[in-house]
Amino acid sequence: MAQITLIEAVTQALAHEMKSDPSVVVLGEDVGVNGGVFRATVGLQDKFGAERVIDTPLDELTIAGLTVGLAAQGMKPVAEAQFEGFIYPMMEHIACHAARLRTRTRGRMTCPAVFRAPWGGGIRAPEHHSEANEHLFTNIPGIRVVLPSSPGRAYGLLLAAIRDPDPVVFLEPKRIYRQYKEEVADDGEALPLDVCFVLRDGSDVTLVTWGAQVKETLEAADALANEGISAEVIDVATLKPLDFDTIHESVRKTGRCVIVHEAPRTAGFGAEIAARLAEHAMYDLVAPVERVTGYDTHIPLYRLEMKYLPSVERIVAAAKRTLAAS
Amino acid sequence: MSIAATFEIEFLQYLDADGKLVRDDLPAIARDIRQLVELYKEMLFVRVFDAKAVALQRTGKLGTYASCLGHEAAHVAIGSAMQEDDVFAPMYREYGAQFHRGVKPREVLLYWGGDERGSDFSGPAHDFAWCVPIATQCLHAAGSALAFKVRKEPRVAVTVVGDGGSSKGDFYGAINVAGAMQLPLVAVIVNNQWAISVPRTMQTGAKTLAQKGIAAGLECLQVDGNDLIAMRAAMDHAIKRARHGHGGMVIEAVTYRLSDHTTADDARRYRPDDEVKAAWAREPLKRMKAYLMSLNAWTEKEDEDWKAECATRVDAEVNAYLETKSQPTAAMFDYTWGELPADLVAQRAEALAADKAAH
Repeated sequence: MAQITLIEAVTQALAHEMKSDPSVVVLGEDVGVNGGVFRATVGLQDKFGAERVIDTPLDELTIAGLTVGLAAQGMKPVAEAQFEGFIYPMMEHIACHAARLRTRTRGRMTCPAVFRAPWGGGIRAPEHHSEANEHLFTNIPGIRVVLPSSPGRAYGLLLAAIRDPDPVVFLEPKRIYRQYKEEVADDGEALPLDVCFVLRDGSDVTLVTWGAQVKETLEAADALANEGISAEVIDVATLKPLDFDTIHESVRKTGRCVIVHEAPRTAGFGAEIAARLAEHAMYDLVAPVERVTGYDTHIPLYRLEMKYLPSVERIVAAAKRTLAAS
Repeated sequence: MSIAATFEIEFLQYLDADGKLVRDDLPAIARDIRQLVELYKEMLFVRVFDAKAVALQRTGKLGTYASCLGHEAAHVAIGSAMQEDDVFAPMYREYGAQFHRGVKPREVLLYWGGDERGSDFSGPAHDFAWCVPIATQCLHAAGSALAFKVRKEPRVAVTVVGDGGSSKGDFYGAINVAGAMQLPLVAVIVNNQWAISVPRTMQTGAKTLAQKGIAAGLECLQVDGNDLIAMRAAMDHAIKRARHGHGGMVIEAVTYRLSDHTTADDARRYRPDDEVKAAWAREPLKRMKAYLMSLNAWTEKEDEDWKAECATRVDAEVNAYLETKSQPTAAMFDYTWGELPADLVAQRAEALAADKAAH
């Protein structure tokens, strides 16, 4: 079995689905001959031809609209936005059409499309190449929002996203595209699109996160363990629909919760989780919920970006505050 | 000086405003008098339906409605030139095209009457529903055309956009990608001179809207959109070449919006009566009727009889619409996803409980 990175798992999943389902097509800027700027689609055009691995004109609006049209006519398009910071022109087609075709037509038309985008900061990129905007999609009815954080989860969740009968926004944490390799069997086994992943068991505090912050959060759990604090780590991965039960179950056990995400804090997806904790887990909590997030600023250019992204130290400090509170 | 490129835009017209032929190289459709009569009857039906729909809105029996008054020739030509397995991506007033494709008047009324089931219509299941975000349908048609190309199906995608819509990136993106990928896309700009209150002259500095297709590498044609014969000839040509792999086309149908933008609009606020009066002199039904009568293919009596028959048929559709009960509250949830997630199952129960408590 091959050891592969997260981005290679994306490629592996795309190749698997293109091979098993002729209605799957990939489209975007530079996805064909070049194999994508991050190489997510490398080799696919050689295997499946230029008619199914489609280099589009340089227009995100066009990519998104074509994707809706393809999906409405029975194809399973996987569109790539080159960076999530360039996804804004696609949003009208995602929110007004992809998300609504089924309900608009009472099920006559559906939109089984995937909108992929490299997501998040921390790779010393130019302006607009570091956005984390998952919360802009989680508020849109009718679409799934998925954010894998390991090669295995990227493979299984992307398979599921392509097979899902409804549109999926699939955000890929590019900072950890090549962070490490793990064995991922190319067995076509999909993962459920509505179940959180408990990455580490613990009893004192629950750390809830997703995307590239899984790395810092796991490191924070190690650091806390060195001080005798047992942290449970949950990778939400499938933000919408949210598997709140897994989070709630953990908080019932620990009584404390720290939510970590790199998007800005106000109305970030952490706010939804905090609200649900307030609604459903108030009496399980022994300390106020903490959020460790990006600030309510634009992510700065790269000299300062690591000051913006949640650090291990900030996560550890927040966890300790929840312990100090009770 | 050397010339990098030159272009010209042909204007196509067969019938003038009085219904007299302006050229004698008649297209196939013009030689089929029986079909011309049928298409004229469809135009008349749409006009009767449209007036009734406006009246329903005025009497509180219909929500905001977008009239198609004056567009009948363009719309009927578009619908009748297409094959059933072609895909139609309309904006929101192309009833003449849609009726030809099997959409029922009661379904149009249901849609504007606040019920999504209107968009689960009796026309081809692969046709798009009414598209409110301006020009976005152009890219859905292009995506459909791309699907046909990938699957090697001899099908064509036809979309309609307005003069205002031709200013949008979606329109430019659609024709651009159609040119770049040689897609079977026919984009019809129904230029009715007004985008709500903004006149055609304020949309673009371009001399014609048809020429926008030149930049995309498409064949382009400006047509008298009030001339059914010219519109059908243009559509027949565009669809045939698209179906045979010769690429897309932009057709500008020059017409006039004789109505308000929608029933929520009052066009008297921004356009002169004289202009509207002059436009009525060029409207599509009058000239077609005159032409058919000049051929002895139609009579005043037949016209009156058919109008009465249209009224009867429209009344039956209106009654069917008015008798359609609202969907249950649960319907707002049930089509959001293929399979409802747990959150939505809970919210659905919440809405049903609120319903019950209110009774």
